[in-house]
Amino acid sequence: MSVNYKPAVHFNHVDFSFGKTPILKGITGSFPEGKITTLVGPSGAGKTTLLKLCNGLLSPQSGEVYIKDRPIEDYEPVELRRLVGIALQSAPMVGGTVYKNLCLPLELQGKSLSKAEAEELLHDVGLEVELLERKVKDLSGGQRQKVSIARTLVNKPAVLLLDEITSSLDRTSLKEIEELIVKINRKYGTTIIWITHNLQQALEIGDFTWVMMDGEVVETGESDLLNDPANDQVRRFVRGEAE
Amino acid sequence: MSYLTLSITLIFVVIPLLLSKTLNLGLGRDMIVATLRSIVQLLAVGYVLKFVFDSESLIYIFLMVTLMIVAATHNAQKKGAAIQGITSKVAVTLVSVEVLTQGILLGFNITPATAQYIIPISGMVIGNSMVLSILFLNRFTSEIESHQDETELILSLGGTPKQAIHTQLINSIKASMIPTIESQKTVGLVQLPGMMSGQIIAGADPIQAVQFQLLIMFLLLTTAAVTSVMLGFLSYPTLFNQRMQLMEKDLN
Repeated sequence: MSVNYKPAVHFNHVDFSFGKTPILKGITGSFPEGKITTLVGPSGAGKTTLLKLCNGLLSPQSGEVYIKDRPIEDYEPVELRRLVGIALQSAPMVGGTVYKNLCLPLELQGKSLSKAEAEELLHDVGLEVELLERKVKDLSGGQRQKVSIARTLVNKPAVLLLDEITSSLDRTSLKEIEELIVKINRKYGTTIIWITHNLQQALEIGDFTWVMMDGEVVETGESDLLNDPANDQVRRFVRGEAE
Repeated sequence: MSYLTLSITLIFVVIPLLLSKTLNLGLGRDMIVATLRSIVQLLAVGYVLKFVFDSESLIYIFLMVTLMIVAATHNAQKKGAAIQGITSKVAVTLVSVEVLTQGILLGFNITPATAQYIIPISGMVIGNSMVLSILFLNRFTSEIESHQDETELILSLGGTPKQAIHTQLINSIKASMIPTIESQKTVGLVQLPGMMSGQIIAGADPIQAVQFQLLIMFLLLTTAAVTSVMLGFLSYPTLFNQRMQLMEKDLN
């Protein structure tokens, strides 16, 4: 699928295991630059592990991961994680206000974020600026997820990894987040790699999709492959028979 | 006190044993073991101390202090078994605390360089340092586990391991020091410290007993702070690898 596109992230025969349990087996493939690629597959397929390999929260036991054509080991971990941001399903927060959370990425670099910049970020993700001084524990699921995305955007990542960020949201919040991700992708040209259980979302939002099962990539291509998968296992999964 | 009188004090062991039996607390066996161990250990140490005091040899003082550190290290390291190289980290901490406190006491001529002072004070310092190590490691391992999301969040935003573990480290240091600070706030009001009471019972002047007790309390405050901070800063780097990844471990 990536033949015509420059890869933002490339996996070459990547294996990963926790102890003696293999999680990823011989992963090879690319995530095209500036595109939205969804990762779908049953629970335990290794999708989150694959995401964490992209920003160096984990390292493969064998094989290579490339970010913008450079081997991942060539990046300093801190530099890599600012280049490849991640937003998690649980949207973890540090205690305190929304502003404190938005300040965090720059504080880690010894810099500061002005209130005006923070307000602009909130505006970018579709949140009211009044939320800036709100305690994070008082946010709704959708608001929390948007703050988490806004916080990741502070580092201006070239690649944004999303781990099931809409799975616990109501329909309205889900649609808002989808629109937000598309907006980020279009506005900043950010490469998006998005784990989702929502196949409709993968079809509507994703340019491309990877279907993973049992630690392997079983089918990749443009998202509409989910309408008519070539692989039997994927067909059963899409019909809801293999979850 | 004669051994006959001492044996009568076993009534204080019989009372909790009866309570345990009546209420089915299941603590009888533990209490008997604890009583027997304390009798044997304390009598043995009494005779050893008598020998060391009589000999007035620095080598015996050194051996006694070393034995205390080895025993305390062995006891404390169990709580931090998941932390790589925890035994040497606890040992380095205990030795540092001992050297620091005795260095100040002897260096400023606060206490004489005799076994009579060095050994009991070392025992209190090392014992307190051991308890602090256990409190710290207990809290630190549970903080790491319960805040793993937060640690990973900070790493994922481009933070360093030190930044990622900072809150958990500070929380653990504070939590482990609280009992020492709190007990010092109420000393004299709620309880008379054991050492001071012992001196008074043995016939010492209460004011002098208080002065020594104050010395010990100040020492223990330093011991608490140095132990927690040092053990914390020695321990946290081993939770991460060179690629600044949180090592996956079972912390229980």
